[in-house]
Amino acid sequence: MKKELIKFIDISKSYGNHLVLDEFNLSVKENEFVTLLGPSGCGKTTTLRLLGGFETPDSGKILFDGKDITNLPANQRKLNTVFQKYSLFPHMTIEENIAFGLKISKKSTQYINDKIKYALKLVNLDGYENRSVDSLSGGQQQRIAIARAIVNEPKILLLDEPLGALDLKLRQSMQYELIRLKNELGITFIYVTHDQEEALTMSDQIVVMNQGYIQQIGTPEDIYNEPENAFVADFIGSSNIMDGIMIKDKLVSIFGIEIPCVDEGFGTNTPVDVVIRPEDLVITSPEHGFITGKIISTIFKGVHYEIEVLAKDYKWLIHTTKFANVGDIVGLSIDPFDIQIMKKAEYSDEKAVEIDEEL
Amino acid sequence: MIKKTLSNIYLVLIFLFLYLPLFVLMTLSFNDSKSKVIWGGFTLKWYSRCFKSETIMNAFFTTIQITLLAALLSTILGTLAAIGISSMKKKSKTIYLGATNIPLLNADIVTGISMMLLFVKFTNLSFVTVLIAHITFNIPYVILNVLPKIQQANKYTYEAALDLGASPIYAFYKVTWPEIRAGVFSGFLMAVTMSLDDFSITYFTKGPGINTLSTMLYTELRKGIKPELYALSTILFFTVFILLLAINIKNNQKQHRR
Amino acid sequence: MKNFKKQLLAGPYLMWMLGFIILPMLLIVYYAFFSNHKFTLSNVLAITSEVNFKAILLSLKVGILSTLICLLLSYPLALILKNIKFKNQNFIVFLFMLPMWMNFMLRILAWKILLSKNGILNTLLFNLNLPKIQILNTPSAIIFGMVYDYLPFMLLPIYNSMAHVKKDYIEAALDLGASRTRILFQIIIPLTMSGIVSGIVMVFVPTLTSFAISELLGGGKVLLIGNVIEHNFMQGMRWGIGSGLSFVLMVFVFISMILSSKFGEDEKGGTGVI
Repeated sequence: MKKELIKFIDISKSYGNHLVLDEFNLSVKENEFVTLLGPSGCGKTTTLRLLGGFETPDSGKILFDGKDITNLPANQRKLNTVFQKYSLFPHMTIEENIAFGLKISKKSTQYINDKIKYALKLVNLDGYENRSVDSLSGGQQQRIAIARAIVNEPKILLLDEPLGALDLKLRQSMQYELIRLKNELGITFIYVTHDQEEALTMSDQIVVMNQGYIQQIGTPEDIYNEPENAFVADFIGSSNIMDGIMIKDKLVSIFGIEIPCVDEGFGTNTPVDVVIRPEDLVITSPEHGFITGKIISTIFKGVHYEIEVLAKDYKWLIHTTKFANVGDIVGLSIDPFDIQIMKKAEYSDEKAVEIDEEL
Repeated sequence: MIKKTLSNIYLVLIFLFLYLPLFVLMTLSFNDSKSKVIWGGFTLKWYSRCFKSETIMNAFFTTIQITLLAALLSTILGTLAAIGISSMKKKSKTIYLGATNIPLLNADIVTGISMMLLFVKFTNLSFVTVLIAHITFNIPYVILNVLPKIQQANKYTYEAALDLGASPIYAFYKVTWPEIRAGVFSGFLMAVTMSLDDFSITYFTKGPGINTLSTMLYTELRKGIKPELYALSTILFFTVFILLLAINIKNNQKQHRR
Repeated sequence: MKNFKKQLLAGPYLMWMLGFIILPMLLIVYYAFFSNHKFTLSNVLAITSEVNFKAILLSLKVGILSTLICLLLSYPLALILKNIKFKNQNFIVFLFMLPMWMNFMLRILAWKILLSKNGILNTLLFNLNLPKIQILNTPSAIIFGMVYDYLPFMLLPIYNSMAHVKKDYIEAALDLGASRTRILFQIIIPLTMSGIVSGIVMVFVPTLTSFAISELLGGGKVLLIGNVIEHNFMQGMRWGIGSGLSFVLMVFVFISMILSSKFGEDEKGGTGVI
């Protein structure tokens, strides 16, 4: 059993009239890669800033290793942050940047030099000691920011959308670097992002947040395969999400069509959200589907076709490897096992719609 | 908390240091007694004497004339120069900007004396020589305000306008001007400020009988202090205060609209 | 060739510059080094005469002290102003800059009234049964007046460069465990170095070369190099010596420019200030 390192207890925080976190509770274990995932304004960055000591909560407590650190100033906390825009000190060389924290804790020159070498090697930038900050690319600056944080041997590294400013290719390679780093260092990473792919790739645990509330906590597999509500499902991936009614156990109705499924325990005639992933829908002949519709677009995505079918005034999204002609009348079929039934989200119906438009 | 109190005390102290002298001046401008410390009752007589004083009024109107003329002419010359300089190669650009910096960096007294030497050699000191001197030290401020705007402006839009059949003047007016207008305007304002505040250069280049407010005040203050000057100070302070406040509020509104 | 046409627009300015900047400078150099068409160093060496040498030393002292006091007063002020959390922060900053726009003679007048023999300050001291002090007509009064006159010129560039120091840098330093003092000396001061340097230049040059403040608050009894030069031109018509001393003064100004710009570059403060 891993030790519990961080505990948020009933944290509330508001800016003016805007409530950002409401009675927020979360615990993080040792040596975990935890990602706070959610749309902007969901409270994830505030959570990180509370932990870093840059904000104080209106109420509630934060425990670190069992000790209350709620009111401890940022410069006395034994954790380090990698900021969104790197925040390397522009008037110092790379070496001076990395040594900054070590000099404060009055380490010996020998120790500092060794640490700098080690850290630069760790982030694959050996030999960059005397370069100036502005001679580095974004990706390199981000690695130095990481090096500057980890030389202080924090128990926890906080990362605030550290890859947000990088281009796609660089972002992907940095994701692997971060996983490698976390394994080599054996410390806890708390990572904030709005990019669900990033979260799914890197995390041990994902905390999906919306409007100051936790929507779901789980492993990437849990979150992807069994989203607990429509918000999570929608935020995690492009899905077909529809209103449905659970007629009874193992039978759901969408658009008035009754379809068998495998879910139980929702009661009878209960409104639910029905989620069907695009890769689970199969295009068949009209007579073999549970529903008939017309193909309105076909786009080749490299590995698969993304096909939209209009049926019952709903655009069904389908991922398939088989080509289909626009204008064809087709049927859609699905394995009962692939239908997910979810209770309606508590707070976020409107928000989910909003995000849908953004994406 | 203690830190907060200390900083507030510090703010108040500096504020008093800056404003107490001005406040005393303003109070004295309404004082019926000539004394600097005894309150002799409220009066407006210094204000009426201030408006009747030929010395003060002449200096005031000369200042306005010189300031506006110098600011206008230096804005025109400076803006043209900035456009020219922006299209130069690096080497000539450096030379131009280096020379532009001379009056900016040099001591006012040296600039003033050097121009006096020139004027005395070739002509007589007069209103015109003061005007020339003011234009000279104003141009660099205009250039430094306009040049960055030109360099930020998109080079190709002007050429695109020409390509679409616009005449150079039409293209300038429609394309370049909107992009540099803010810089020209702030250059003009800066020139006005510099002209209003200048003493040393005016002092050396002015002809006999020509006085701006600054040189008039210098002569008067050397003789002694007349209460009319308190009234003048008060009027000027509030004029400047209201003008700047208006500009500030306007700028703030602009920022909010963005 | 299109560019050449555009460059012609700088033509009037070129003429103006040659006529009214370069030529006058050459005239000063001419009068400084030539007497009756013969080369001479005596005008420049006039600086070594007892009166003149004392004047330049006093000017340096007054200039350095005024600049230092302005810097020491402005820096904390800029820090406080930047961290003010009122809604009307802009207005408060505006209030501190405002005196800069008042006519410079009127600001001197204000101090003259406060400091004069039977002025407010001495009346106040008298009523408190304290001895009167004679500040007016001493170098102290001049320094007072100069600090008063040029404080906003120091504050403005420092405040501007400070407003550009990103909050991120301070948070990053805090995150790495830096104390407030360390943040001030290792982050904020280096990042505002360009503002400090331009503030120093904006205050030091006029305080070194002023003659009006010393004439009015020093009552003609304190001679700065500016006063000596002014007397040579306006009272004695000794153009040669006046030009020679002006030339020396110019050299001092340019030396201080070079020193300050070098210092500013070394610190690389500019990179952090956009």
